[in-house]
Amino acid sequence: MKQLRFWFLAPARSLTFGLFLVPLAIVVVYSFLTRGTYGGQGQPFTLENYTRLSDPLYLEILVKSFWIASLSTAICLLMGFPLAMFIARSDPKWRGTWINLVMLPFWTSFLVRTYAWMFLLRDTGLINTVLQGLGIIHDPLPLLYNDGAVILGLVYGYLPFMVLPIYSTLERQDPFLLEAAADLGATPWQSLWRVTIPISKPGILAGSVLVFIPCLGAYLTPDLMGGGKSIMIGNVVQQQFTSARDWPFGASLSLALTALVMLLLWFVMKRGGKELI
Amino acid sequence: MNTVLEVRAVSKAFGANHVVRDVSLSVERGELFALLGPSGCGKTTVLRMIAGFEAPDRGEVLLDGNGIAHLKPYERNVSTVFQNYALFPHLTARQNVEFGLKHKGNVSANLQERVQKVLDLVQMLGKEERYPARLSGGEKQRIALARSLAIEPDLLLLDEPLSALDPKLRKQVRGELKDLQRRVGITFIIVTHDQEEAMAMADRVALMNKGVLEQIGTPEDIYLRPKTRFVAGFLGSVNWRGDYGVRPEAVRIASAPPGNGARCQPGRIHSSLFLGNCFHVEARLEDGTALTAEVSRVDQSFSPGEKVHLWWHPQDEIRLPQ
Repeated sequence: MKQLRFWFLAPARSLTFGLFLVPLAIVVVYSFLTRGTYGGQGQPFTLENYTRLSDPLYLEILVKSFWIASLSTAICLLMGFPLAMFIARSDPKWRGTWINLVMLPFWTSFLVRTYAWMFLLRDTGLINTVLQGLGIIHDPLPLLYNDGAVILGLVYGYLPFMVLPIYSTLERQDPFLLEAAADLGATPWQSLWRVTIPISKPGILAGSVLVFIPCLGAYLTPDLMGGGKSIMIGNVVQQQFTSARDWPFGASLSLALTALVMLLLWFVMKRGGKELI
Repeated sequence: MNTVLEVRAVSKAFGANHVVRDVSLSVERGELFALLGPSGCGKTTVLRMIAGFEAPDRGEVLLDGNGIAHLKPYERNVSTVFQNYALFPHLTARQNVEFGLKHKGNVSANLQERVQKVLDLVQMLGKEERYPARLSGGEKQRIALARSLAIEPDLLLLDEPLSALDPKLRKQVRGELKDLQRRVGITFIIVTHDQEEAMAMADRVALMNKGVLEQIGTPEDIYLRPKTRFVAGFLGSVNWRGDYGVRPEAVRIASAPPGNGARCQPGRIHSSLFLGNCFHVEARLEDGTALTAEVSRVDQSFSPGEKVHLWWHPQDEIRLPQ
């Protein structure tokens, strides 16, 4: 029995060890190395990569990344909650269809879908062309290459991660609770605030974490839809490993981001953790 | 006596399924009224129309003389104790009780006093900080009751209040509920499929079948003077003998005709089962019909094949109105 347990866990363990812990250890070591003159890295060991983090330039980008990720999460929540509620309360024979529609975007690559958005939003894109053709606007609207476009891309990409956990908590909710709330004098809005939302708190927390973390580290969306202007911390990390060829600093940046995310998760778990796990 | 609730010719259909047809009844203030019937007879739908969860297709529901059929559940001073209790899992027992007081029941200053009072009434003081997950079935029911009683409704509706309880607990809770109703003086309407429960608890019983109200009356009334075969048969077993019936417990067995003006039939014992408090006897009469009797075990016992006389008093016969 014990042996069986060992072999069953072995694949997952070796994956975690080989593909997560070992690379993480490498990143930690790199973050203390010095960048070589022509790229590469070597001795001596240094803390300079960490002191550089306090540079206002990076702090500003970090704050902005937090802001964009928070706003995207909030919009996902505002859009995802009613959607999840609609699906959970729709006729059971239609629920599967709605859920499949929510997951439909996953059938194509995120990159392709982001490009599709760019075709829609750019100056010569569908929206601007149509609006200009109808004579509603004269000059094209600046729909792409700004913070708004990045947030749109993130909300679009991660909305399903908000909808699904909320749906799963709402779907399990006893329908009699709503009748009980009405029976005790609560209007539909009051029972939404006092019953439905508190009960779906685990789903809201899980969804928010699932959306916020990838948004915070996003680099594809800000890179493509933000142009060069709307840069997030993920882009800075990427640049260190590519064009800047400063792997040690890239390593310390990504570790700092990881530490921040873990701190945040710890905080969330402490506040509403028992429902989350 | 004055009427608190009047249901007037109410009908309700779900698609082609006519669940309630032309049901009328009135409930007196302070009464414990039971809606009894087999599952699917429409009794729960009647209750849900009184509570406001369903709107009648036709007919009117009057509370204290005012039509309420168009009002939402949160606009009527009626409260329901749900079959599964429907306690809010994210709130403590106390917060569950407080829930309604913030909307219905128009109190704010003496809110805590009221909460304390109802918790005391259902004997749940000391457990009020627990979440529903940590309460037993009986305790959940008490909190559900307290939650509804707290808003002092004109009418308290209980949907199968005993069905979720342990069978051993049922008889005890039955008495406690009736006692509680007497003390608070609030009108209770109980929905149940258990005729023993309805008869033991209710002042008056309305018996429904297939969406139609069959009879309303006191438990004795409907048991002793049923108006239809269904009523007679639902409340207990009956030996139907042409145009009249006789209940097994009214039948006596003797070795000789009693000759006291009783109706007497000769026959043979077919089987006799000892049930503890009585014997369940199946007999074959000489005219070829079968007759069931439940005779006290204090009476002498009879063995199968024995020739006996079965008799009953004519006033114990059930005669349905033509």
